Amino acid sequence: MESVGNILMYFVIVISIIVFSVLTVTTRKMLRSATYLLFVLFATALLYFQLDYQFLGTVQIAVYAGGIVVLFVFSILLTHKPGKDAAALDVHRRWLGLSAALLGVAACGYALFSYCAFCGKELTGDGSITIERLGHFLLSTDKYGYLLPFEAISVLLLACIIGGVVIARRR
Amino acid sequence: MNLTLLMYLIPSLIMFGCGVYGFLTRKNMIAIMISLELMLNSVDINFVVFNRFLFPGHFEGMFFTLFAIALAAAETALALAIIINVFRIARKVDINEINKLKF
Repeated sequence: MESVGNILMYFVIVISIIVFSVLTVTTRKMLRSATYLLFVLFATALLYFQLDYQFLGTVQIAVYAGGIVVLFVFSILLTHKPGKDAAALDVHRRWLGLSAALLGVAACGYALFSYCAFCGKELTGDGSITIERLGHFLLSTDKYGYLLPFEAISVLLLACIIGGVVIARRR
Repeated sequence: MNLTLLMYLIPSLIMFGCGVYGFLTRKNMIAIMISLELMLNSVDINFVVFNRFLFPGHFEGMFFTLFAIALAAAETALALAIIINVFRIARKVDINEINKLKF
């Protein structure tokens, strides 16, 4: 049995995720779309906090809400006139997108509700991880160590920095 | 009332559906990137939820999400650099109007 506060928090998170992700893809103003995306990302971070993954929630806020959304807002302000609506979608395209999305959601939802054997499982134990253990995991080379992906990501980020400089440079 | 695994999978499923809809219908390149972020985010939620509910003592899903967040940040930064460069050359961000490389 969960506490009442936990259940209330769950409903706040879920309703804000659903409402704001629908608004993100349906609003016609680009800046509003980016703002709603920010709210979706914050709600996701709250979900991580609720599931005891504090470090992951912090990373989500710092990288997604602090980095990516700022990038989006900058590029929207650089490429759009403020306050201008996007052109209306043509009916054909909207129906195509809507039917594809609904078909996918219906198929996945059907599979979830009828075939998922472990879907009734409840939250057990304390899932939180200390920063010390996390650091040991990230920099160890034995089983359950993540040194290789860590290094691969750092090489990828270096390549990304160089690529960004090369692309954005004035010729 | 208990919070089960299924109850955390449903919002992520709806988020993914929204991402697919936006990806297929929007014509603005930045809007397409935003829809892509929605889809990536819902997949991250799935990893975390499966990890937390099915294997509470292990952290594979959490680490996968950490690396996926780093990848998403890198990918978005590069894509937005490309979009701004295209805008500087062609003065457009609409995918229907950018057709100079087509033959």
